[in-house]
Amino acid sequence: MKTPVQFRLNGEDVAAFAESGANLLDVLREVVGDLSVKGGCWQGSCGACTVLIDGAPRLSCLTLAESIAGRSIETAAGLRRGAELHPLQIAFMERFAAQCGYCTSGMLMAAKALLDRNPSPTREDVVEALGGNICRCTGYEPIIQAVLDAASGDRRRRA
Amino acid sequence: MSVNVKTFARLADAASALANERGARFMGGGTVLMRLINDTNPAVETVVRSTDQSLLHLAVSSGRIELGSGVTMAAVLAERDLAFLHAAARAVGGPAIREAATVGGNLFARTPYGDFATALLALDATVTLAVGLGQRELPLEEFLDRRERGTSLVSAVAFKRPAAEAFRFLKVTRVHPRGVSVLSIAAQLPLASGRITGARIAFGGMNRTPVRAKAAERALEGRALDAAGIAPALAVAAEGTAPADDAIASAWWRREILPVHLRRLLIGPGQA
Ligand SMILES: Cc1cc2nc3c(=O)[nH]c(=O)nc-3n(C[C@H](O)[C@H](O)[C@H](O)COP(=O)(O)OP(=O)(O)OC[C@H]3O[C@@H](n4cnc5c(N)ncnc54)[C@H](O)[C@@H]3O)c2cc1C
Ligand code: FES
Ligand code: FES
Repeated sequence: MKTPVQFRLNGEDVAAFAESGANLLDVLREVVGDLSVKGGCWQGSCGACTVLIDGAPRLSCLTLAESIAGRSIETAAGLRRGAELHPLQIAFMERFAAQCGYCTSGMLMAAKALLDRNPSPTREDVVEALGGNICRCTGYEPIIQAVLDAASGDRRRRA
Repeated sequence: MSVNVKTFARLADAASALANERGARFMGGGTVLMRLINDTNPAVETVVRSTDQSLLHLAVSSGRIELGSGVTMAAVLAERDLAFLHAAARAVGGPAIREAATVGGNLFARTPYGDFATALLALDATVTLAVGLGQRELPLEEFLDRRERGTSLVSAVAFKRPAAEAFRFLKVTRVHPRGVSVLSIAAQLPLASGRITGARIAFGGMNRTPVRAKAAERALEGRALDAAGIAPALAVAAEGTAPADDAIASAWWRREILPVHLRRLLIGPGQA
């Protein structure tokens, strides 16, 4: 059985038919066509599927699609503004924080959730915010540094 | 296979669907239940949800604290008046899990999960069930004892605010910053004239469900919180526990480290 669900995705209204009991990850990728969201485990263990729901980080694989009716979803596809990359995307590139790239969109969204709430995080804040996201390539350090760079770059631009 | 999802505005309607539908499970935040659904586990045929705002009720007064079963770990962490519970809420998964994971769901989470339920057990919490059009309140300990058998909807938990500094929580994990528990310990240690009166200690990860450490509680009665005072409690700490041998730790290891961590929780690592 299919259920209609309407929500906002990166600022645009979206209406989709979701299989009853479907998770948000599958609906975003297979029904809506937003392939920036990645699935690694469908068990909540890897964090690759992290999206923001009303500004809070959530695992899309463990989110019942029907439960997001009327909510606002942000994914990595909505990070850049036109040709301009988000400061986090620039910092990830400059710090070589992506190798295979599989974890990257989840890392970016977990980091965005942190910086939106706390623009001046400590290293511990960053480690805690990324605690649910696994990376098998980078050893985490370039990712942590990229998030700290993005935060301090943002502060420099605002100064 | 797709599951049947039924969403109810009224809690009482959700409770009756849960009691009457075959293979029905209530969904809180879904951090455990969605895993089963993603795996097309045949045990889940129907998902019952409720949008009843009473599930999000959070009332903090100087005496009693009430948490609706739909209150998330993130909501607990956002509440300054619940600071004594923050270590327990922060013990549940990473930030994205905590945004979804509910208090109600934690009462059902199987070992090695259930860190927040362990804290609630040491707080002598009661559980309110939605039954028909009414409610029924029972001690958390009794609820945990028979939780696998029931199809009741938990609407809330409640407990008395512990005295300042009297509540402590510790989680032992091998993976940092976020890993599942080898075990967890919660303790409520009221002091009168420097002596413990009516201690409540609960262990997570040491049995099928979180359990009270009654032998250790008795051994602490009237004692001071120092090395000599707590020694009898440490000696009996593992009494009545039946931990699992699993991929996280062996039962033997859990029993060995339990008194070490109980000591740390009670008086700190280096204190005499
Ligand atoms: C990667 C990962 C890490 C985790 N780490 C931890 C951890 O460190 N510590 C920990 O304690 N837990 C952990 N968990 C488990 C889980 O997130 C928590 O236990 C959480 O509190 C469960 O709540 P929920 O609302 O998501 O439950 P759900 O998934 O919604 O439900 C879980 C079970 O409880 C039942 N249920 C839920 N609410 C009610 C209710 N109100 N009435 C009746 N039945 C109900 C459901 O039917 C289901 O059987 C982790 C999970 C994941 C995926
Ligand atoms: S796919 Fe969601 S956490 Fe791995
Ligand atoms: S870059 Fe490969 S998993 Fe992180």
